[in-house]
Amino acid sequence: MNGSAEIQAERKSNAPIMRPARKTGITGYGAYVPRYRLPGKEISRVWTEGNTPPIVPEKSVPGLDEDVVTMSIEAARNALARAGIAPQKIGAVWVGSESHPYAVKPTASIVGEAIGATPNLLAADWEFACKAGSEAMQAAMGMVGSGMIDYALILGMDAAQGRPGDALEYTAGAGGAAFLIGPAEEALAVIEASYSYATDTPDFWRRVGANYPSHGQRFTGEPAYFRHTLAAGRALLEATGTQPGDYRYAVFHQPNPKFPQRAAEALGFSMEQIKTGLLAPQIGNTYAGSALIGLTAVLDEAAPGDRILLVSFGSGAGSDAFQLTATGRLPERRTLAPGTGHYIARRKEIDYGVYVRYRGKLKM
Amino acid sequence: MDIARNWRLRKQRYALEGEQCDHCKQYIFPPRDICPHCGEDARGVHAMSGKGEVYSYTVVHEPPTGYETQAPYAIALVKLEEGPLVTAQLTDIDAAEIKIGMPVEMVTRRLRTDGEEGVIQYGYKFRPILSAA
Repeated sequence: MNGSAEIQAERKSNAPIMRPARKTGITGYGAYVPRYRLPGKEISRVWTEGNTPPIVPEKSVPGLDEDVVTMSIEAARNALARAGIAPQKIGAVWVGSESHPYAVKPTASIVGEAIGATPNLLAADWEFACKAGSEAMQAAMGMVGSGMIDYALILGMDAAQGRPGDALEYTAGAGGAAFLIGPAEEALAVIEASYSYATDTPDFWRRVGANYPSHGQRFTGEPAYFRHTLAAGRALLEATGTQPGDYRYAVFHQPNPKFPQRAAEALGFSMEQIKTGLLAPQIGNTYAGSALIGLTAVLDEAAPGDRILLVSFGSGAGSDAFQLTATGRLPERRTLAPGTGHYIARRKEIDYGVYVRYRGKLKM
Repeated sequence: MDIARNWRLRKQRYALEGEQCDHCKQYIFPPRDICPHCGEDARGVHAMSGKGEVYSYTVVHEPPTGYETQAPYAIALVKLEEGPLVTAQLTDIDAAEIKIGMPVEMVTRRLRTDGEEGVIQYGYKFRPILSAA
């Protein structure tokens, strides 16, 4: 995990850092977490007579009338409120998720219509397991950075699926974040550089028509999460000539609380640097929303000049790494929409029976 | 389900798009041809802010077709800050917590679906106001 010869060789031969011709940044951001929480001890009670210690204390659960479309619309409205731009200026709406309500019919066109960004709009749904939103962010850097469009709204949002009784059921949560990518001069946080690392690694998948994802148990760790997250993080640090000590915050994809802490430690980051963006203990793993909502929590408190490292991970597998710097515009703009903490604090605990109903697990 | 009809209503369903009368300046929702206040043509498109308060409400235990899986749920008359009264479901709230006069805000949620394979209809509901940071 601390860098095999294979990873070293791959990285040295192929570490193109992405920087667009015109610098871009986050000009607005918004989080969303639904109201309901299922305690891990409830899952343990139902499936193991209470003998399995929960991986997280509780996870977020969407209500009966919520899905990736509705959660995306609210996060997008929050991002627009902070950006203060007319929705007609948005040139692209891209939604990354692995739980789009339709197999065929884009989430993005519904979100675009609801926020008033249609019809002069590039709208598409993205898929790369849990990093679908961060790769959309990189594409947005390209489109905005080349001057093809002025603003792109990207989202990572999931109502995560976990098979009843499976280890994933303890963590599969709901929520995510929206980011309006625009010119660096208007940014609340400038994106300094980005890097992406991908290989064919079958650690977690869901076949067409399957209700729940499958995973390779322990195979999801070293060859998947750690290999990609560490390779992406190291390549970005190396290419930008920065050290962990140069960052005030770091956010990693968080399938559970343990993985991001181990990844942070391996890269040389402290608990102090990752604690603000580590939301898995409170809301679980929000899949495509996981790393991105960690970033909204950081933006809710970062000071101008603070440097932030963001490293996502998507099974299948790949990682996207970003170096960001908060600007002087952030403090005044963050107050224009509810903070990530507002959504997390808004909680109603439910039991396993209500969870089964809300998640449509009963066939009637 | 009537796909064309729901599609025509999408602006008002998603964004509370109504009108402001060019003549008497009153706000109108849902949009209509003639202003109910002054009887002149109503034309000026105006999206409501989505903020309002509960004017009255009831809890539905015996739902109409298409809403069975959601019951019990609350239906309210919401007095928008612009003036119009809107009938909508309340969401993210337990019936015991609802009070007449409580401030609410518009959210976009799933209204109903046409079975397991049909179109999903999205539109406005109201919930207790979640304050900004």
